[in-house]
Amino acid sequence: MASSDLIVVFPGTPSPDLARTLDMGGYRWKAVSGADEAIKTEPKNGWMGAIIACDEESEAAWAFARALRKRDNPVSAVLLLVSGAQLSDLELRDDLFDDFCLTPFHPRELEARLRHLFSGSSEGAAARPELVEHSGLVLNLETYQASFNGASLDLTFMEYELLKFLAQNPGKVFTREMLLSRVWGYEYYGGARTVDVHVRRLRAKLGEEHANLIQTVRSVGYRFGQGRWGS
Amino acid sequence: MLDQHRDYVLRTVEERGVRLVRLWFTDVLGTLKSFAISPAELENALNDGMSFDGSSIDGYSRTEESDVLAIPDPNTFEVLPWVDPKSAEARVFCDIHNLDGSIFGGDPRQILRRTLDAARAQGYEFLIAPDMEYFYFETPKRGELPVPLDEGGFFDLTTTDVASSLRKETIRTLEVMGIPVEYSFHEDAPSQQEIDLRHTDALSMADSVMTFRMIVKEIAAMHNVHATFMPKPLEGVQGSGMHLHLSLFKGDENAFYSADDANNLSADAKAFMAGLLRHAAEITAVTNQTVNSYKRLVPGFEAPVHISWARNNRSGLIRVPIPKRGNPSATRIEYRSPDPACNPYLAFSVILAAGMKGIREGYELPAEAGANLFQMDDAELAKLGIHQLPQSLNDALKVMEQSELVRETLGEHMFDWFLRNKRREWMEYKTQVTPFELNRYLKSL
Repeated sequence: MASSDLIVVFPGTPSPDLARTLDMGGYRWKAVSGADEAIKTEPKNGWMGAIIACDEESEAAWAFARALRKRDNPVSAVLLLVSGAQLSDLELRDDLFDDFCLTPFHPRELEARLRHLFSGSSEGAAARPELVEHSGLVLNLETYQASFNGASLDLTFMEYELLKFLAQNPGKVFTREMLLSRVWGYEYYGGARTVDVHVRRLRAKLGEEHANLIQTVRSVGYRFGQGRWGS
Repeated sequence: MLDQHRDYVLRTVEERGVRLVRLWFTDVLGTLKSFAISPAELENALNDGMSFDGSSIDGYSRTEESDVLAIPDPNTFEVLPWVDPKSAEARVFCDIHNLDGSIFGGDPRQILRRTLDAARAQGYEFLIAPDMEYFYFETPKRGELPVPLDEGGFFDLTTTDVASSLRKETIRTLEVMGIPVEYSFHEDAPSQQEIDLRHTDALSMADSVMTFRMIVKEIAAMHNVHATFMPKPLEGVQGSGMHLHLSLFKGDENAFYSADDANNLSADAKAFMAGLLRHAAEITAVTNQTVNSYKRLVPGFEAPVHISWARNNRSGLIRVPIPKRGNPSATRIEYRSPDPACNPYLAFSVILAAGMKGIREGYELPAEAGANLFQMDDAELAKLGIHQLPQSLNDALKVMEQSELVRETLGEHMFDWFLRNKRREWMEYKTQVTPFELNRYLKSL
């Protein structure tokens, strides 16, 4: 189904440069100040895409990106505007955006990126994998269902999100802070212990024999699956 | 976030073919209540709640208006592992509201939420790990004494096999429900078991205690065994406690830990302990709410009797365990009086409120009671300024009634109802003529 031709822009008062570039490019757009507004004002057949300026309120911007992507019908073309100092924030958030542009941007560059983004967005969405499989664990991203060695594994939403993130990045070591910011987002108050509690619940559900699928890396954090050296 | 949670729950119900969703909530006395809805009703319930007549629930009835609204907390959605997957069932805990959307004063879960929010506003998160004790008995017949499994000729297996296989099955079920277990073992008393849960935030833990009691009983019943959380089911052997390991966190730091103190206890830890000690008598009716609870709180059975604290003395009310290898994040205190028949939501609420009052008002921690208090007489104890916990439900209610702290924490509705209900329990008990009296007096007087 073809989407609308309307782009949603965050935050609610875009920079004059951005507004001008969009207008000059002939795009129809609407600026919103938060996810609630974006959902309330969304056209019937969905936003064509989203442009999210992260360089002012970065936490709110990530929360906004998360809200657009983590839902049944995610916005398929998301472009971020980030400053050079924020490049490290992009790491492990590949699922939240399709392209980005450094600020201050050159209008011609942004235009080129937008053209490219919106020409291929539908294929981009379809290419996203629907299954994550690792060591007997299967996560179906479409249906939210998890199974382990063929038996279904009943998880709460946050357990599912954490396991998905870990299983998508096997062998990598994550700090608790990283997991908290990437899986929970910033709106969470429980602190890094929240991560420990959820890891323990996941291990309990996986069962004693498989609890080491999520390994504790001493004084660092956690790693999913075998380490590179088979530890 | 809430929307994603709801979507996730609805999706899971569809994908797993869940036929019934059980809405769980708790009455004032801590009994698990439930009603079932069909998957078709779930979306509506998640958005707007389900109304039901509260007048049949203990502590829910009010004179004017008896309908209340149960709003499921999608965080707590779990498929029930002991139900045949072909007709799968799930449970979700609910918060109870009035029809106008305001918080219902008779809902223990929301009282705990409110108490936790108040602590959070001062920067503290409250973590709890309980040691759950209980007994397995042969299915009881009315009026007969309970028969421990260890004594009866139970099937062909040795009784240890039965109890330990029951315990194993229970632990597996707990873990599948997302309740991690730390240790488990056969306790000293015949047929008594202990399962220690891993710490988590107090609200999840109160939910977990409710689920725990349900699972222990359910698994036992499937094998024609009766599990009980009655605090003192057998005379002359130790009763069942629910020792609570407590800690406060500030951000990612354990607020109870200090590197500068000889015992590694921070000023917050000491003030929290002082608060618990000063208000211990007031909150005992809540942490030990049955007539039978006070048969456990007697000398000689590892249960606390005196309001005191110590590092490694199990006769005190508060014990400060020494964390392994001085791991700061494991610093905690152990509050030893509660029993597993309490309402965990209310017990956790009054404990936190007492401790936080100590912190807020900078209470001074009394000296550690090093010696074994059971060996001292009243005069020696009085010299140390050490008092006893209430000796009966009646004593406990009298102290509670005067307590501003408990009144404020529970709110008027809950406070009044609890006192009324428990007074009635005491009056009924008082009219009983017990076997003790018959044995002692019938012939001799």
